[in-house]
Amino acid sequence: MTEPDTAVEEREHKVRAAQTRYSVSPAALLAKVVLLGLLDALVVFAASILFAHGQWLGLVLVLVAALILNAIYIPPNRMLPAKYLAPGVVFLLIFQVFVIAYSVAIAFTNYGDSHMGSKDDAIVAIQRNNQDRVEDSPTYPATFLRDSSGALAMATVDPTSNEPQVGTASSPLAPRPDASVLGDRVTQVPGYTVMSDSDIMGHQLEVTELAVPRSGDPTDGSLRSPDGMNAYLYVSRYHYDKGADTFTDTKGTTFSDTGEGAYVASDGTRLEPGWMIGVGGKNFSDALTDPQIRGPLVQVTIWTFVFAILSVALSFVVGLGLALMLNDPRVRFRRLYRTLLILPYAFPAFLGILIWSGLMNQSFGFLNQVIFHHPIAWLSDPWIAKLSVLIVNTWLGYPYMFLVCTGALQSIPEEVTEAARVDGASPWETFRQIKFPLLMVPLAPLLISSFAFNFNNFSLIYFLTRGGPRFGTTGLDAGATDILISLVYKVANGEQGHHYGLASAFSIIIFVVVGLLSYLGFRQTRALEDIN
Amino acid sequence: MSSSVSPSSTPAHGASAARPQQRRASFGHWALSVGWRHVIAIAVILVTSFPLVYVLSAALNPSGTMTGSNELFTAFSLQNFRDLFNNPQQPYGEWYLNTLYVGLASAFGTVFLGALAAYAFSRMRFKGRRPGLMSLLLVQMFPQMLAFIAIFLLLSNIGPIIPALGLGSRTALILVYLGGALGVNTWLMYGFFNTVPQSLDEAARVDGAGHARIFFTIILPLVTPSLAVTGLLSFISSVNEYVIASMVLTDPHRYTLAVGLYQFVSQKTESNWPLFSAGAVLAAIPVLVIFFALQRYIVAGLTSGAVK
Repeated sequence: MTEPDTAVEEREHKVRAAQTRYSVSPAALLAKVVLLGLLDALVVFAASILFAHGQWLGLVLVLVAALILNAIYIPPNRMLPAKYLAPGVVFLLIFQVFVIAYSVAIAFTNYGDSHMGSKDDAIVAIQRNNQDRVEDSPTYPATFLRDSSGALAMATVDPTSNEPQVGTASSPLAPRPDASVLGDRVTQVPGYTVMSDSDIMGHQLEVTELAVPRSGDPTDGSLRSPDGMNAYLYVSRYHYDKGADTFTDTKGTTFSDTGEGAYVASDGTRLEPGWMIGVGGKNFSDALTDPQIRGPLVQVTIWTFVFAILSVALSFVVGLGLALMLNDPRVRFRRLYRTLLILPYAFPAFLGILIWSGLMNQSFGFLNQVIFHHPIAWLSDPWIAKLSVLIVNTWLGYPYMFLVCTGALQSIPEEVTEAARVDGASPWETFRQIKFPLLMVPLAPLLISSFAFNFNNFSLIYFLTRGGPRFGTTGLDAGATDILISLVYKVANGEQGHHYGLASAFSIIIFVVVGLLSYLGFRQTRALEDIN
Repeated sequence: MSSSVSPSSTPAHGASAARPQQRRASFGHWALSVGWRHVIAIAVILVTSFPLVYVLSAALNPSGTMTGSNELFTAFSLQNFRDLFNNPQQPYGEWYLNTLYVGLASAFGTVFLGALAAYAFSRMRFKGRRPGLMSLLLVQMFPQMLAFIAIFLLLSNIGPIIPALGLGSRTALILVYLGGALGVNTWLMYGFFNTVPQSLDEAARVDGAGHARIFFTIILPLVTPSLAVTGLLSFISSVNEYVIASMVLTDPHRYTLAVGLYQFVSQKTESNWPLFSAGAVLAAIPVLVIFFALQRYIVAGLTSGAVK
């Protein structure tokens, strides 16, 4: 990249010199000022919110980003490439680079159900979630309200101070002197609508489950109304000792922070919720040593490779076969055939898969009811389900292979096959020894990227079988057709709760495999050398 | 079946004794060399287009069950389509609009961001250009979908501070999709931009056009068909996307079709099937129409190896 580059630079120089003679058009200047102004207004808005929430790291990041963007865009005719690259790079850095790094970080934590928030959140939640009614609690006459966004709130008159107060599940009771009170009951609060009795009856569960904290300090307890009429004071059955950092229940059992991200009693009982902590390589060592996890993980990994290889192979064979078949000028209606053959490719994939799941439905599906007259377990027998997944994926994948093979075949010059025929090669020999190797030059990288795609073909597996039928022997929600990505999704988001840390650890396996494969793929192509 | 060997034109009788034999021989030859290709092509088309024919029939069948849908084209009614839009629990109409909104916004955004970057890489020479292109290739290897947990966690942290960009927001989903824009599209568009001769923009520059004017008024119009294809592919991929959408969109009124229809059909499969079929037909029609309208460009993109 020497010769052309210097030439380009020279031209660039000349052009820039020419440009300085012209001023920037007023419209462009106006557009720039307006857009930058909008950006900075947004930044100020975001920064003030972050400031109000005390999110210092976020604040610094936003300000630094804004500074860089302004530095790029304000000086005219300087840093041109940056002006064009910055918008995309901002999104790329946040939603691709950062999140991938973040996933790696999550893999080293216990993040998941009951380990969601910080330790402080957990301390508050333990006290709020385990409350009993205080025996001699005063009666708080309760009025239920909805604010303009429809969120439920409770208004009451404090029995000791006779002061009207309003609070919600997330904001503690606060005095509202502007509320109208009739007798001992609040009848109206500006900005809220009072719920009628029938409205309360209609939302009984929501109303009876509302717990309004009495103050910011969780040890003060909260008000709940079991009947929708009167509220009573509820306090935590666990007493938190700040100095010792322990919880004690009414029987005197002590729960302490043992470094596992939860308060644990000496008999091993844990208080829910816990909090998120780093656990080092525990997720990885669990995956490798815990037989409950290792067994299904190994099976799923093997099937992921088998599935991806067979998917590519089958759709390639079908696609190439059809392409060869129709790559003959004597065949009429070739264009019509080609259009109809790629129909499954043009149809939205997720819909196609869902349609197949219906066709293959064991009790009611078309295949069993109309064609086979026999309840074949298309999607619920471990082996037949594997076959079904491959059939549907071949249906989805062959049109792409057909298209790229047709393109590659048409780019092979006629003389090459002509010469082979003259030399006495049979059609098979011509194909095997001349055409096929020529085809593989452009197609090999596509096959590798197709493999990488199928390695993560989530929607096929999830929409067709949901990974099932499930292995009977394991606690992990994994099944015979699960591939790694569907397993990750179910571990993170499945019937057995959310285990984000473990799921992220699994997804790193995918990172490694896909990264390795793509590296091999790109080494084969000349993509990297083409940059000049 | 090009010229005189067409079997359909064979007269039933009235030919000399020698010619039928000759014709049979040439028909045999035709069948062996060309005819079988028609037979297989038609057979494959019948099998592979069957699911689409079936779903059309199921959509028009008023029986109300999956079992009833198996009787192909025995009844015709638009009842399923009417029911589809009168079900407040499953607001199909809203899902449709959400999908269009998310799909179109991310397609436009993706094309725009990708085009800006491709312009810089194609037309400017700067320090870090080669590493930039290489790192885009590297980033492209890791599909965004794999980081769905981190995306979920990131948005659930942003939510309490800026609700418009938190969990449950379609805007947040669009921004997430835009994060994948550069990695997937820059290389594709870089190729397109390189096909526009440099001399064009140089001539414009000497005439005093600025870089922005060259980009918007000279280069973009020349690569419009390619941009349309990139946009379509991005639109289709966000229509099909489930993993991130299902984590981000928590409110049924905000669902996209992929999230909504999957939930719809995975519960009460048998009785929801006719409605699902009607929904699938409505969802697929615009995609099919646009796909076949742009087919020529898409195939060109595919064969150049740029599209997956």
